[in-house]
Amino acid sequence: MCISPLAKANFQVKMTNDSIKQQLIEKFGDQVQNFQEPYGMLTFEAPKELNLKVLQFLYDEESMGFRFLTDLQAVHYPDNKGRELAVVYHLHNLVANVRIRFKVYTDIQTPDVFSATALFSAANWMERETYDFYGVNFVGHPNLKRILNVDELDYFPMRKEFPLEEQTRVDKDDDMFGR
Amino acid sequence: MNEHHIKLPEGSIEKQTTTLNLGPTHPATHGVFQNILELDGERIISAEQTVGYIHRAFEKIAERRPLYQITPLTDRLNYCSAPINNMGWHLTCEKLLGLKIPKRVDYLRIIIMELARISDHLICNSIVGVDTGAYTGFLYVMQYRELIYEIYEEVCGSRLTTNIGRVGGFERNFNNTAFEKLEKFLNEYPAVLKEFENLFARNRIFMERTIGVGPISAERALNYGFTGPNLRAAGVDYDVRVHTPYSSYEDLQFDIPVGSTGDCYDRFLVRNQEMWQSLSIIEQAYRKVKEFKGKEAEVFHADVPEYYLPEKKDVYTKMEALIWHFKIIMGEIDIPPGEVYQSVEGGNGELGFYLISDGGRTPYRLHFRRPCFIYYQAYEELTKGSMLSDAIITMSSLNLIAGEMDA
Amino acid sequence: MARPVQYNIYGQTDVKLVKEGPEGYMGEGFFSTSLDKVVGLARKNSIWPLPFATSCCGIEFMATMGSHYDLARFGSERVGFSPRQCDLLMVMGTIAKKMAPVVKQVYLQMAEPRWVLAMGACASSGGIFDTYSVLQGIDQIIPVDVYIPGCPPRPEAVIDGIIKIQDLVGKESLRRRNSDKYKQLMDSYGIQ
Repeated sequence: MCISPLAKANFQVKMTNDSIKQQLIEKFGDQVQNFQEPYGMLTFEAPKELNLKVLQFLYDEESMGFRFLTDLQAVHYPDNKGRELAVVYHLHNLVANVRIRFKVYTDIQTPDVFSATALFSAANWMERETYDFYGVNFVGHPNLKRILNVDELDYFPMRKEFPLEEQTRVDKDDDMFGR
Repeated sequence: MNEHHIKLPEGSIEKQTTTLNLGPTHPATHGVFQNILELDGERIISAEQTVGYIHRAFEKIAERRPLYQITPLTDRLNYCSAPINNMGWHLTCEKLLGLKIPKRVDYLRIIIMELARISDHLICNSIVGVDTGAYTGFLYVMQYRELIYEIYEEVCGSRLTTNIGRVGGFERNFNNTAFEKLEKFLNEYPAVLKEFENLFARNRIFMERTIGVGPISAERALNYGFTGPNLRAAGVDYDVRVHTPYSSYEDLQFDIPVGSTGDCYDRFLVRNQEMWQSLSIIEQAYRKVKEFKGKEAEVFHADVPEYYLPEKKDVYTKMEALIWHFKIIMGEIDIPPGEVYQSVEGGNGELGFYLISDGGRTPYRLHFRRPCFIYYQAYEELTKGSMLSDAIITMSSLNLIAGEMDA
Repeated sequence: MARPVQYNIYGQTDVKLVKEGPEGYMGEGFFSTSLDKVVGLARKNSIWPLPFATSCCGIEFMATMGSHYDLARFGSERVGFSPRQCDLLMVMGTIAKKMAPVVKQVYLQMAEPRWVLAMGACASSGGIFDTYSVLQGIDQIIPVDVYIPGCPPRPEAVIDGIIKIQDLVGKESLRRRNSDKYKQLMDSYGIQ
């Protein structure tokens, strides 16, 4: 057991948030927008048709190398008409130790987003979970069905309009439990 | 098809594959998840996983609760090492609020987190032993998990689902009994770990059962999103404690054990070696804690009155303490808006917390990046072509905790 | 690891661990009592539990089975995982609605006489998870004999629950499983 030489080497590869931003703007022009850096992590968004192209660019390009998908999930903003569901990807470049966040907005009537499963096998179940909770339809997913909830559930529970508790209980007193 | 199979002429024998349901209730209490295996004799052709048998909707519950009421939920994610989850959540809140934590608190947190990591790896390794047939190791090390539970009890009062710590530190200072028990643990445990290691590490039966079983290459592991000991056994030394240090881990010196083939034997040895490294980390952190003398030795939380309950004597005498006490208990503190992602090295890998707040009293969206959920997808690839008993060992060596998988 | 062990010398303390035996008429070489009592005594000291461990309470059960809080001294040395061979179904941990049919099926596969122990807050009443996906207590689908509260209950509490089950088993009448009241109970759950 020893430390692999990978670890000690490569924090010298300097990638700053600005250099990433520059490269993205050079490649995609003004389609990548809304660059922010909350708590040090570069966050940007792109139109949903381009999500695979952006992910591929971030994966293939030598100076980017974001080859690890840390997390994939969705957020529901019921007040933003036309952009209600946001699918958020967290990517990590393990060699240079840089993380970024990439968001794609879609509207709730046609929540179709291209699936990233071909690029990252990790996205398989993460997309199923996002579909199960929010109803985002991932186009091209090999097996898009419910994963955590019961198969017969007919609504998407994490959306803001649905309640947390089950509605068929008769023994809990609503006045006391404040529902 | 290897050289032992004889190729018969087509159509001479009818072959049927068996479907075996390695169902939600299966022995050795790993947790509730289901594998539907297609078997050709003993060899596995395909495996389909079903999870969600303990889905408790943590993320939806968290949208209703103020920050410190979410800590008991995080306990129940990876319940074998609950303090690590708690500390991860507190670190997320502190990052969102921009708090600075005193060094002594950081070192105490490190001690608790590494004890939790030892406790988690002990369960995993001893259950791998039980699944290969060696029940003795499990009974022997459970005694030492009891000692770890006693240390938690001294700090927070509870054994398993600890709800330990607060935003900003701990709820009480570690008393002398806690330190005595810690010293007893540090004195007695290395001999026990050595004996446990000797039982398995060069044991011929164990080696033949686990070497070459469930291997995964580093590229596939990275593509599947593996983190933690499973990834390190495959050869990639990614450890969140080193890459994005939190809670003063950068002040301590430790190695990251790395395997080569990613099979069950490597996973066992990586976890074993990580326990030795955790012991060394605890010793270093304990030495640093002992260096704080006098007034500094009384520090066990950051001074942040909006999120940390003031002491009772202040509540009864000072006006502001009374107001903060009321506001915190009634849940009327507004969280500043923002979005933050913080991850910690849990027992199974990178446990991440993605918190979006819109300025209300509860989070707008909280998502847990759960390592077990992500690497269980790879189970089919790990076991395709192997035998049924190998599939059982692979499942237990991956350390799948159902609470973390379904959240 | 050597902690001082206290030997409970019978008569010198007021804690009685082992009763003398069932009441009956003792004679030279024979002992007459009622069949209920003997069968109850035999059954209660040799319960074979089925640990249906789903979540955190399962880890506390493992600690109870360990050598510190030994459950084997109460007769449960052999925990089985096959419902056909077990007497006591210990449901430990949260039961989600997805898992509920599985619990019911395991209960139906057990042979009479069978007892059910709900360990932990989640199995008793849904616990802290009042959500759309969690079954609010297993007594919505199967009849429960003993509930152990706690989140998770301490091993001592688990042992207390097992002792209560032993009381129930020891005092149960041999005719109970065929009685009308039991049939009504089973019908209310939809179990034949």
